[in-house]
Amino acid sequence: MSCEQYMIRQISLFSENKPGRLAAMAKACQEENVNILAFSIAEAEGFGVIRALVDKPDVAFKKLTSMGFNVAFTHVIAVEMKDEPGGLFEIASKLSEAGINIEYSYAFSGKNKAILILRVDQVEEAIRLLHSHKFTLIASESIQ
Amino acid sequence: MRCWDPRIEEMPVADLRKLQFKLLKTLVYRVYSFSSFYHKRMKEAGVHPDDINSLEDIIRLPFMHKKDLRDTYPDGLIMSEQEELVRYHVSSGTTGKPTVVGYTKNDIYNWTESLARALTSAGIGRGDVMQVSYGYGLFTGGLGLHYGAERIGATVLPTSVGNTERQIELMQDLRVTAIACTPSYLLHMGEVAEKMGVSIKNDTLLRKAIVGAEPWSEQMRLRIKESLGVDAYDIYGTSELSGPLFCECEYQQGFHVWSDLIYPEILDPDSQKPLPPGERGELVVTMLQKDGLPIIRYRTGDITAIREEPCPCGRTHPRLERLSGRVDDMLIIRGINVFPSQIEHALLGIPEVAEHFMIEVDRKGALDEMLIKVELAKEAFSDKISDLMRTQRHVEKVLKSSLNVQVSVELTEPGTLPRFEGKAKRVIDKRLI
Repeated sequence: MSCEQYMIRQISLFSENKPGRLAAMAKACQEENVNILAFSIAEAEGFGVIRALVDKPDVAFKKLTSMGFNVAFTHVIAVEMKDEPGGLFEIASKLSEAGINIEYSYAFSGKNKAILILRVDQVEEAIRLLHSHKFTLIASESIQ
Repeated sequence: MRCWDPRIEEMPVADLRKLQFKLLKTLVYRVYSFSSFYHKRMKEAGVHPDDINSLEDIIRLPFMHKKDLRDTYPDGLIMSEQEELVRYHVSSGTTGKPTVVGYTKNDIYNWTESLARALTSAGIGRGDVMQVSYGYGLFTGGLGLHYGAERIGATVLPTSVGNTERQIELMQDLRVTAIACTPSYLLHMGEVAEKMGVSIKNDTLLRKAIVGAEPWSEQMRLRIKESLGVDAYDIYGTSELSGPLFCECEYQQGFHVWSDLIYPEILDPDSQKPLPPGERGELVVTMLQKDGLPIIRYRTGDITAIREEPCPCGRTHPRLERLSGRVDDMLIIRGINVFPSQIEHALLGIPEVAEHFMIEVDRKGALDEMLIKVELAKEAFSDKISDLMRTQRHVEKVLKSSLNVQVSVELTEPGTLPRFEGKAKRVIDKRLI
């Protein structure tokens, strides 16, 4: 199994913690016809990081960089999660048993299923592990 | 040639101090007798020439400020009769009334001698072709360097400022080896040359530049070396003191100030108390052999430190460090003097942030708080908050150790802080004092 196909490129933006920054980023995506599939904001003192999964990461990267944003790609994995009690535990416990650390994570719950997005310290190991336990990983080409 | 005037430049320190005292004593008697301005000032300060019995006694003499030169415009401070003067220079007056400096024949001689020693110490001499791209005229830069370079036997190309293409053509055609100009003009020349298809590094013989008359940094020195292949030497002087006077020797660690011509003091700008060698403060200058317009304890407003340890070049005269700003820009944070230039200098050594910054000072309760906003460099952006916070703390730590005062750092997006052309206004002081 190739792990590559399950590595999804997330775009991350450095942003000052002030009104209008998310709107500026979202407007740029709209103008470029880039769809945001999932996103989260992490905040620290005075600044934050906006992380997003988008359907056209290269287009988004180019546009946001040209606007002066500090943008980076990070590899994350997206795994289907049962939308019922215990769904998150199932995944988190497997990673924990294998000693894989989750650096950050966010999730969304769709019509039929929930998706968990994970940034872990050992990406390939996590993909192999989840795959071996029959979890469904989202291939990057199916969304990007 | 190693030294222009080895007898003076290598004179033992103790002998130099004896000479300085003798010159100071003579100077004080002369101004007390012949300058109504100094006579009045000394009377007001209750000090008589007889009270000056050592170099240290100089602190009993009153200060002189830029304002005194403006208030006595045009020639109230000039002590010599007009027929003794051989030249006038006049400052531009951009920050107020212009100031006039009159020079006797002896003043021009000493000014030129000072630069002859300085240029020799930077390795320039007979056989060099020196392009003087400072302005000629009322400004002291052009004529000062011109006389200095001629005295050491260099061939002078007096291009003055402007018409950069022609300057580059002449630089090539006349095989120029050294140039005197502002650092920004030198870099500008490099860009213009490139557009003309000329590489200063490969297509000219230019190897040394005497640059000054505006603030510049070690980073600029590296840029000049890398892009133009030119060694840049810092030069210092202001029109009140004659004009450009001193430049760095080949070791490029501060410029030698000739003890027979100048007595420098470094004072705490706040308390006006003398500071020991190595500590930064305001440069206060006494010109020991200036006749036309005597200068005693002149508050230059420039921030620097004096270095008295021996220089590897063998010259016994002390050195002043590169200027790091103006007294007017000084902030007092929790009783500690902070100069924006110190922050700029510290930031240049931190690759994770850009060189632009803003300072916000506020008072929480009884304590001053200083917030420094800096732009995060593109390469330093990490998706992980913990990395960014580490960068933030790192910048705080570096600034704290260089300023000796607690600071908070806020990381901002690239390109968001104001850019300044000319004088930067980087401080927002919200304290109600």
